[in-house]
Amino acid sequence: MLAFVIRRLLQSVLVMLAVAFIAFSLFNFVGDPVSLMLPPEATQQDREEVRKTLGLDQPFYVQFKVFITNALQGNFGISLRLGRPVSALLAERLPATLELAFAAALIGLFIGIPMGVYTALKRESWISRALLTTSLIGVSLPNFLIGIFLILIFAVWLGWLPSFGRGDVTQIGFWTTGLLTVTGIKALVLPSITLSFYPVTLIMRLVRSEMLEVLRTDYIKFARARGLTNRSVHFGHALKNTLVPVITITGLQLGGVIAFAIVTETVFQWPGMGLLFIQAVQFADIPVMAAYLCLIGFIFVVINLIVDMLYFVVDPRLRVERPGGGGH
Amino acid sequence: MSTPQSAPLLEVRHLRVEFPTRRGVLTAVDDINLTIAPGEVLGVVGESGAGKSLTGAAIIGLLEPPGRIAAGEILLNGRRIDNLSYEEMRKVRGREIGAIFQDPLTSLNPLYSIGRQIIETIMTHLPVTESEARDRAIALLNEVGIPAAEKRIDHYPHQFSGGMRQRVVISLALAAQPKLIIADEPTTALDVSIQAQIISLLKKLCREHGTAVMLVTHDMGVIAETADRVAVMYSGRIAEIGPVHDVIHNPQHPYTVGLMGSIPSIGQDVERLPQIEGAMPRLNAIPQGCAFNPRCTKVFDRCRTERPDLMDAGATRASCWLHAKNKEAVHG
Repeated sequence: MLAFVIRRLLQSVLVMLAVAFIAFSLFNFVGDPVSLMLPPEATQQDREEVRKTLGLDQPFYVQFKVFITNALQGNFGISLRLGRPVSALLAERLPATLELAFAAALIGLFIGIPMGVYTALKRESWISRALLTTSLIGVSLPNFLIGIFLILIFAVWLGWLPSFGRGDVTQIGFWTTGLLTVTGIKALVLPSITLSFYPVTLIMRLVRSEMLEVLRTDYIKFARARGLTNRSVHFGHALKNTLVPVITITGLQLGGVIAFAIVTETVFQWPGMGLLFIQAVQFADIPVMAAYLCLIGFIFVVINLIVDMLYFVVDPRLRVERPGGGGH
Repeated sequence: MSTPQSAPLLEVRHLRVEFPTRRGVLTAVDDINLTIAPGEVLGVVGESGAGKSLTGAAIIGLLEPPGRIAAGEILLNGRRIDNLSYEEMRKVRGREIGAIFQDPLTSLNPLYSIGRQIIETIMTHLPVTESEARDRAIALLNEVGIPAAEKRIDHYPHQFSGGMRQRVVISLALAAQPKLIIADEPTTALDVSIQAQIISLLKKLCREHGTAVMLVTHDMGVIAETADRVAVMYSGRIAEIGPVHDVIHNPQHPYTVGLMGSIPSIGQDVERLPQIEGAMPRLNAIPQGCAFNPRCTKVFDRCRTERPDLMDAGATRASCWLHAKNKEAVHG
């Protein structure tokens, strides 16, 4: 297991280097930073000077090394649009996005898994059919449309929940949380439901198909033949065997939800990283884009590592080394 | 007559299993009558699709839908169990009727240690504490011949070989001390060298525990070695049933005769083994009269129109009109 962890960590470092390289390339491909920084009437000499002070005259690999060194220290430069350190901007926005993403992922799990189990066990019931049909809508409707519908119903018509923003937030160290105030929680409801629509339907369909598969296996038949209760057969034996793919998909979904919260954050004007990123794209704010790219890459890598560790917790076949003997 | 004098442990009367399909109802098991006495080993043989496994599944109440018991009764210790609710039948399974399936590699849940699976079975059926159940589990593993059971109990199925896993499966079937075990092809998936071990283990344990066994297999060798009586199934019906020695050495039904003739034996020097011409009919094309009549060498008119029930035929009972002169059809 230790060897596995070390190998995965090394792979993660490689992945992060690749992501950092792409992020770094943004600086060179999306326009010349010097001409962006200097007024149009600057002389060639001014340009050379700025180039030198910024270290842009150095060979490519030296620049990349500097970029990596700075990035490791959390230094991604200054936002061109806002004139503030990028790391500070992201740190401000990160809690909002993470809270939204985790709320959505939790909804995905706590609604998706029971619905998946139910539709697998009661395949013929009309509720199952209704859920499956509805889930198709969940998969195919675009996120922003669901968000706008929810705003229309719950914010405009019923007036129960706010349609935008994060409500009142509490500062705990560097973390700002909306979970401790009523307005904060109310503000979280609509965007997290919007964002969870896809994970819920995906997890439900996944759990359902995995359950149907597992329920056909010999060990489930044998568990029934041993007279175990339905509860134990369904939840103790069947559900646990569906967990490996569910963990994988949930992990990927969590990463995806964080990375692609952009649309939902835009619809609900949620002050998270996605909103920051979309504004950065509009202004060609390269340092913010590069840093966002690195951060999302990092989050994906961390989630994948955690997912791999969870496999070990769930499946003993990976956990235990095979003993030498064990013959007849 | 071989019907045991003591009251039967299991009694199956006129059992019929059907599968409703879009193109009509298929009858996979038809009018099966059999009894198993306490401690007796009844072998059930037949080709694939003869309905032997379905009969076993019907007895433990685990027919895969849409399969269903369409007619007949199943009595365990004189109590009807075919019409119990799922929950009542669940309490019978494991506690009164244990089961062993064909493939030990897939019968155990890969995610739980074997100890956990045995303990859970014991605690489902018997009023014991967890540590008592664990002690019992270790004793069971010792009994089925798992070396170092105290240590191995916490191992996972993938850490055992196929033969060892089948031993674990046997210990699971015996966990709550059932009086009857349905063993469905318990050795088919194993190496030949392991088969004999598993069969003798099963035989020994059942003798010691006084457990009756319904041994479903297509391997006549296993039956000859293990069973007290044997039922030969053909096309969903019992062709012949009787003491294992008589059925093997003096078969009365033409199908059994053909079956026995096709078994090679050491010292017998023949070019070709005799074989029964043709194949067992499909479920949707069972011929009128005796299902075996198109393949039978001794077929006559009555076989094509009227279906024979089991009737006395020498030391065994066979469903064949050749024996009609002995006695008119009697159920039993």
